[in-house]
Parts: sequence; C-alpha cells; structure tokens
Amino acid sequence: MGVISTTVLILGGIGVIAAVVLYFVAKKFHVYENPKIAEIEELLPGANCGGCGMSGCHAFAKACAETDSLDGFNCTGAGKDIMEKISVIVGLEAKAGVRRVAVMKCHGGCEERQVVNNYDGVDSCAMEGTLYQGETDCNYGCLGRGDCVASCIFDALHIDPEIGIAVVDIDKCTGCGKCVKTCPRHLLELVPVEPDKPIVWVACMNHDKGALAMKECTLSCIGCGKCKRVCNHDAVTVDDFVAHIDPEKCVGCGECEGACPRSSIHHIGNLRPELKGNPETSDNKPAGSNEA
Amino acid sequence: MEPKLTVSLSPHIHSRNSIDRCMWNVIIALIPALAVAVWTFRTDAVLTIGVCVAACLATEWLIERFLFHRPCTLANGSALITGLLLAFNLPSILPWWMAVIGSVVAIGIGKMSFGGLGCNIWNPALVGRVFLLISFPAAMTTWPTGVSSGLTHFSGASGADATTGATLLATLNSGNGQIGLDNVDFLGMAVGQMNGSLGEVGGIAILIGLVYLLCTRVITWHIPISIIASAALFSWAFGGNPLLDIFAGGLLLGAVFMATDYVTSPMTHTGQLIYGFMIGFITIVIRRYGSYPEGMSFAILLMNSFTPLINRYCHPRLFGRRKKK
Amino acid sequence: MKLKSFGKGGIHPNPSKLTSGMPIIEVGVSSEIRLELAESIGVPSRCIVRPGQTVSAGEMIAEAAAFVSAPVHSPVAGTVKRIEKVRDPQGFWREAVIIATEHIETAVDEVEAELSPRTQEEVDALTPKEIIDIVGDMGIVGLGGATFPTRVKLSIPEGKKAEIVILNGAECEPYLTCDETIMCGYPDRIVAGCRLIMKAVDAPKAVIGIEANKPQAIATFRRYLKGCDDIEVVKLRTRYPQGGEKQLIKAVTGREVPEGGLPVDAGAVVDNVATALAIYEAVYNRKPLTQRVVTVTGPLLRKPGNFMVKIGTTISTLIEAAGGLPEDTGKVIAGGPMMGKAMSRLDAPTTKAISGVLVLPKSMSGRHPEEPCIRCAKCVSGCPMGLEPYQMMNLSIMKRFEEIKDLHVLSCLECGCCSYVCPSHRPLLDYIRYAKQEIRKLPK
Repeated sequence: MGVISTTVLILGGIGVIAAVVLYFVAKKFHVYENPKIAEIEELLPGANCGGCGMSGCHAFAKACAETDSLDGFNCTGAGKDIMEKISVIVGLEAKAGVRRVAVMKCHGGCEERQVVNNYDGVDSCAMEGTLYQGETDCNYGCLGRGDCVASCIFDALHIDPEIGIAVVDIDKCTGCGKCVKTCPRHLLELVPVEPDKPIVWVACMNHDKGALAMKECTLSCIGCGKCKRVCNHDAVTVDDFVAHIDPEKCVGCGECEGACPRSSIHHIGNLRPELKGNPETSDNKPAGSNEA
Repeated sequence: MEPKLTVSLSPHIHSRNSIDRCMWNVIIALIPALAVAVWTFRTDAVLTIGVCVAACLATEWLIERFLFHRPCTLANGSALITGLLLAFNLPSILPWWMAVIGSVVAIGIGKMSFGGLGCNIWNPALVGRVFLLISFPAAMTTWPTGVSSGLTHFSGASGADATTGATLLATLNSGNGQIGLDNVDFLGMAVGQMNGSLGEVGGIAILIGLVYLLCTRVITWHIPISIIASAALFSWAFGGNPLLDIFAGGLLLGAVFMATDYVTSPMTHTGQLIYGFMIGFITIVIRRYGSYPEGMSFAILLMNSFTPLINRYCHPRLFGRRKKK
Repeated sequence: MKLKSFGKGGIHPNPSKLTSGMPIIEVGVSSEIRLELAESIGVPSRCIVRPGQTVSAGEMIAEAAAFVSAPVHSPVAGTVKRIEKVRDPQGFWREAVIIATEHIETAVDEVEAELSPRTQEEVDALTPKEIIDIVGDMGIVGLGGATFPTRVKLSIPEGKKAEIVILNGAECEPYLTCDETIMCGYPDRIVAGCRLIMKAVDAPKAVIGIEANKPQAIATFRRYLKGCDDIEVVKLRTRYPQGGEKQLIKAVTGREVPEGGLPVDAGAVVDNVATALAIYEAVYNRKPLTQRVVTVTGPLLRKPGNFMVKIGTTISTLIEAAGGLPEDTGKVIAGGPMMGKAMSRLDAPTTKAISGVLVLPKSMSGRHPEEPCIRCAKCVSGCPMGLEPYQMMNLSIMKRFEEIKDLHVLSCLECGCCSYVCPSHRPLLDYIRYAKQEIRKLPK
C-alpha cells in the first residue's frame, strides 16, 4: 500500500463519482427531440443558407417534423428529390418546390459604362453606397465590389474580371436569395427555372429617362416599350423607364429579346438536364406550349 | 477633359502616425537600456541580444512567408522589439540555443499562433521568457559572476551564489533578512551596477526611455506610473523598501516597455489604471510570498489575460451622459 | 491664461489656413444658376415657380414644405428654364430649379434699388416672433455645414430656456477661412445679427467663440465690443473639433448637452457667425440667403481665396475663379478635409452647405493601405464624444448593428478624429457611418 495505490484509489474514485454524477445530470436534463428532426437534418445540405425562409437547416428540419402539411416547405439548397425524401420521413404529401435561380439585372461592364471617378475606400458595395452613387454615371448599376459574392455560400457569384460586374453561375445557384437581400442596388432577382423554358430577363435597372440612360451606358434599358409591344403574353411591364419581365407569365419565346434596340434583354436556355428543376413542376404550367 | 477625381469618405487627411513610427520610437526608447546592458555585460549581452533579435526576425519571416502567405512585415519593427525585449529578460550567460527556443516560442506561439500583430493575448516576449523560465529554471536563474550584485558589503549567502552571481532580489528572497538596507548600493543599482537580466539593470536608462515615449506620445503615463505607484505602495504596506522594489529586478523594464504593449493592454485610461495597479500588486505579492524571486513577468501575463475583461467593463465616459446612481 | 476648450479627445491637425487674411472676392454671376430644392436638412422645399416664368433677384422660388424645411430664393433675375433633376457632388439626383440669368451686369444693382433697408428703429420694434418669421422666410439655414433651418433653432421649445447665445467662430477645420474672413470684415453686422438672435430666443448673454489661431478676428471683435458687457469674446484653444456644437458649448459654458439632447437642453443656442451675418442681412437689408462666402483653397491652386458666391453657381465656376483646376488634382472636397465630402463631379451647384472647396493634389488624395488594429487606444482617447471607435468598427465588419447601437454609436458626430489618429490607417469612420446608416434602418 504505497503512494501509488492511494493515488490510484483516490483518482479512480473521483472518476467514478464524476461519471455517476454526469450520468444522472444527463438523464435529468435530457431534452427530448423528435428523432425525425435529426433524420431530416441528415438529408439537408447544412449550409444554413436561409433559402427556405427559416433561420437554418435545423429550424427547417424541426418545422418539417412538426408541421401538419408540407405545403410551402421547400429546401432550395439541396437536390430535387429532397422534399420527396422528407415527405417519406414525415409521412406527408410534399409538393416539390419550384427551383429558382438568381439573375443579375445589370450587364453594363467597363466598356459600356465608363468609369468617371475613382473610389478609394473599403471594398464593399454597401460602404461605397454610403458615400456616393458609384464610379460610373449610372446610379442603378452594379458597383462591382462583390458584397453579393461574399454573401453567396454556394460559390455561385463572381465578379467577372473583364467587365467588372457580378455574374451568376446558374449551375451553382440554389436560389437561397441571400444575394438578393445583400445587394444594395437590388440588382438580383429570383426567377423560377422550368424545364425546356429559357429564362428571359431585362438585365438593366436604370430608371433614368431614355436620353440620360443612353448616355450613361450603351446597354441600358431606355424604357422604349418595344418589348412590351411584341410580347403576346402580357409578361412585360415598363415602369419608371425600365422594363421588367414577369417570370410567371413569360413563356420564354424570346420575341422581346429580338425586339430590344439596346440589347438589354438576356436569356439563358439549354440548361443542363440535371438542373432543369423538378419535372413535376411542369404539371403546374404548360411550359413552352404557347410559344409564338 | 476633366480628370478622374478620387472619392473617399472623410476625413481626407491623416496624422501621418503609423505602426512603423510607433514601433521605431519604442526601439529608440530602448537604446539607453541597450547601451547599459552592453556596458555591464560586454560581449555576452551583444551575443544574446543578437541571437534573440535574429531568431525573432527569422521566425516571423518564415511564418509569414510559408504559413500565412502574407507580405513581409518585418519593416514595422514589431518583431525586432520582441527580440530586444526577450533578450532584455534573459541572463546574459544563457546558452544561445535556449535564446533561440525562447524567440521561436515568443514569435511562433506568443504572437503568430493568434494571427500576428494585433491579435495576440499575451505579450510575446514575456511568453518566451516564461516558457524558458519554466523549462530551464536553472539556466534562467544563473547570473554571471564578476558583476556587482548590488550590495556594497556582502560576501555570498550560499554556495551557489559564490560560484555564479546572484541578483539582488534572489538574495533578499533567499531568507537573508539580515541584509540591511544600508548594504544596498542604490546609486550603482540605478546606473546598472547590479546583477540581473540584460535589460533590467539600468533603471535610469529605462526611465530615460519612458520620458522619450511620453514625449513622443507613443504611450500615456497611466500604465507605467500606476504600476510604479502601486508597487511602491504595496512594498511599503508589506514592510519592504519601496525604492528597492522599484529599482531592483525587472519592475521598471516591465512597467515601461512590457506592460505598455499596445496589443495586450486595456483601451481606456480607467482600465489602464486598474491594470497597472493590479500588476504592481501581483508583482509585490509574488516577490514577498511566491517561490520565484521575481514576479513582474507573471503579473503582466496575468493582467494581459484580464485585459479583455477590463475592456468589457471599463468604457470611456460618454459625452453628455450624467452619472447615474 | 488657460484657454477654454472641450473636455477630452480631439486632435491638432496642421491648420493649413492658406487663405487667411485674404479679402472677399466677388464671383461673377454665371449665365445659368441651379438651385437645389433640398437646401436644408429635413423636408425638401416645395417649388412654386413654373418653367418659363421670370423671377427677380431675391424672389422666393420654393417654399418651406414642413416645419423642418427652409424656402429657397433666386439669387439672380432671370427666367426659369427647367425644373429637373441634377446631380449633386456625390452623383445623386436632386430636384433643382434651373434659372437662366438675365442682365448679368445689373443683377446685383437691381436688388439694392428695390429694397429699402430697415432702420434701426424699425428693427428695434420687431418682436421676437417677427424676427423668427423673417429668418424663416428668408431661407436662412445653419451655414456651418449642417444646414439646419435657423428658424427651427430659434424657436425654443416650450418649457426650455436659452440662457446664452454662442456664436461659433471656431472654424476648427483645417484650410477653411470663410468664417475668419467675415469675422474680420463685418464684426458690426455679426454683432447686430447676434443681438437679433439674443432677442429672438430671449437670452441675456452671448459669447463669440474663436480659436486662438485667429488673433486678428479676436482683436477685431474685442475692439468692436469694448464696453459691451452682454457679448463676450472667448478665445478657445486651437483644437479640432472645437467648432462642434456640443464641444463648443462644453468649452464655453462647461455644460454638456445630454446624450440625444439639443443644445438648448444645456441652455445654449449655437449659431455660426456666417448665420448671424445672414440674419443681419435678412432683417436689416431684407436680403434672403442667396449667397455665401466660400473658401476655395488647396496647395496647388494658383489663386486660392475667399469668394462671395451666389448659391447655385457650379463648383467648376468657383474653381475657375481660383485659377482653374491644377494638372495634378486628385481630389476635390466640398468643405474641409476632416468632415467635407469628396466630390465625384464638378458640374454640381454650390449649396448653402458648402463652406469651402478644397482641391488636393494626387499625392494627398490616396489612402494608405489598411493594417491590423494594434489596439493602441488612440481612437478611444481621441474621440471627443467618449466612444470606442475600434470596437464599433469591428462590430460593423461583422454586421452586429444592435450591439453597436448599445455602444451609443448614434452619439458619434462623425468628426473623423478616430480615422485621423489611427496608426494602422483603419477606416474607422467609414465603418461607423455605415453602421449608423444601417441602425437607422433597423426596426425600432
């Protein structure tokens, strides 16, 4: 019975007592959580992007597990079958959500929009916006400091080094909407992706009168309304000197793009098959059927 | 055609103060102490200081170059100061490889592991010093012979002291209560004729550095003066000799150059006074009751740890805010 | 004698008063005048003229649209050409009235002939209410840069009492000399304006605060005020931001304006000396505020000086008057270097807010690269409001605006001392300003 055995006994004893206490404390303060929550959370991407409208993936999983109906629940970040899998777990009918992607409503690069002064300060659009209207004459266009790039957790936004403005990588975009909230100029818009239908949008937000807008950028929308006149689906509105295409009404015929004298209207077609959104959504709307 | 104007937020002018300027001013302020160290310890001092500075600069450069991939910041002088201060905290006869280890720990662990300049919690030089003190206690308390111990008529207290030197504090702390204060050569102590770490021997030289730092507004008076005042107060309260406690050991060096390190000291003047007061108190407590003869480095490191807490609770008084309660 | 000053913080920038002691030069009337409708803080005024209409000099073209709003008057006789949006110096669109000037040479004389000045007896007969109404109708706003409608400032809220009127002649901004120039040139008018303010707010005492680096102005006033015991000249320490409203009150009276309060809460009414001069012109000469003294200065300008400018003249006209834009121009600032705004274009009109135009060469325009914060606490000890800029910047980077609000960021007067002293060249004020803007957007 030497020093060693005493030490072993005392320390071992302390260890055992601590373990017992821990066990009971854990038992006592155990919080019951629906096992479905953990199961659902496993499926989710875990990016906490907030695209579902909840504060994060755990909140979404919890809401899914506790809800009576999965209507309006949609994880934008994961693949297309995610809602199906969740519906199996919770035993409820799930309507697959529409996949959305962000489009950039400015395309005036360095060539089209001349830089008229130099901003020297913190590299952030929001900070630049506290000071003045930007380096070019256009008060509405992309500032190109990449606040949206920093906000995107899916690496879907980049500042194109050649044109100096942000571009969306549609393949990577999950439509979480973070960039939409971040952009101080509100240049990003979420549009639904539907199979076999290209996305058509007006890539300009310049609200200045036509003559001014023309001076400010060679690609600006001047609000001439030609696109509105050629549209057979009543999808185009011209408001405050800038056209806007309602993605719900648009069928993607591309007539407006041909009519635009300023090349302000862009489209993205030929989406890669796996990114064409959920086939089920085509049931909601006969896409491409009315093409003129 | 109009020139392209530069646009930025106000203010549009700057005081021209910079990190480099602050750091190089500190280095200038260290020169008198450096001179005293070299004069007292001759080649030993040159060697130790050289090794420490070179090792600190090399460590910083290597880490920035190969780990952080950042542009080199050696020119701002902060690594140089760390090297100098570390050397000032070492005995002159410390083996050179120990000095290198201390430097690597100071820069690598004390500073760079937190993210580099401005991010460290503890004073890097003191981290290096305390690491060495704990790892190599014998070497770190071996002082050279042939240098006055600070006592005029005193012939060795123990066997160890007879072959190596002894610092004044160590002698006092080893229980030789019979050493009368009349034995202490205050004048010699103040100008560097005493044993100890490289930098702590020249009290007057350090005070010259303090005056320089105050004049160039690199530091304010709050930290050094509160440390010295509180050390004197508690030294007197615990029945010691305040003058002796201030001039012996590393108190002055710590109060002027180590505790005032920007990164690890509190932001508000009130906070700085609390910080200084506590450093003085802890130092004297360790000197009187601790097993180490010197407590300055521990006191500073302890209070460095409390700095975030002090910052949290000591805010400057808001303009227009009346005192409540 | 110890000079009066505010409590803590502050900096001592190089005064660089290149145009000190220079006379006031009249700038010719340009053929086109652009008058912004948002000339004062608060609600933009409502336009009351139509295109094609002729206006005479001094005619009101826009009326106050709310309590905190000030009317705008035409500085020239002419025809309203257009009412449209023009860009301000920062490039934002502002509603403006554009007037084509007629009879450029006679414009000024006409004004003189049309209006007969009030005599001293007439002025003495005015009640405080009448004075405040004249000040309001003549479109007078604070000329120190904030353009707060003076009528609102002079209308003391119920239950509060103004004990002292403080005229702000500190002019702590480097480079600017417009206030110094008028103080040396028109001490009589400023004192008369000061007496009008005292009457309007019923204050028994007034103080003119002038920084010690303007000895000529101090001497002028001391000489002029010899024997007066109700108005006193106070020599202030040369220290930025001595001319900040709250700092000035603290320096002169020793009282602090409570957080979120108004100067009158400390019993003081503060007006710029230029505002006092404008009040004099409005009350005695029936002249609305249509012109002001602007310092056009810069190390490279050929003819820097203090110019009397009609509101609505373009900035480029002003710079032409000062010898034209130098080759090596990097930055043009509306106001002083500490609080002025950098301009992105020079075709913008002069407003009532612009006290100076500072042209800086390229070498002084750029910012230094940002370095890590070394926690030197210079921003904390430099802040005249007792804030912690380093903390607010860190939180602003992390977008934790609620926490910044708890650090009283809204007390920040944006003087720029923190950015000025930072050895790491950190843009502290940029982030603080951003935080303030975001906090105003937060739900209450």
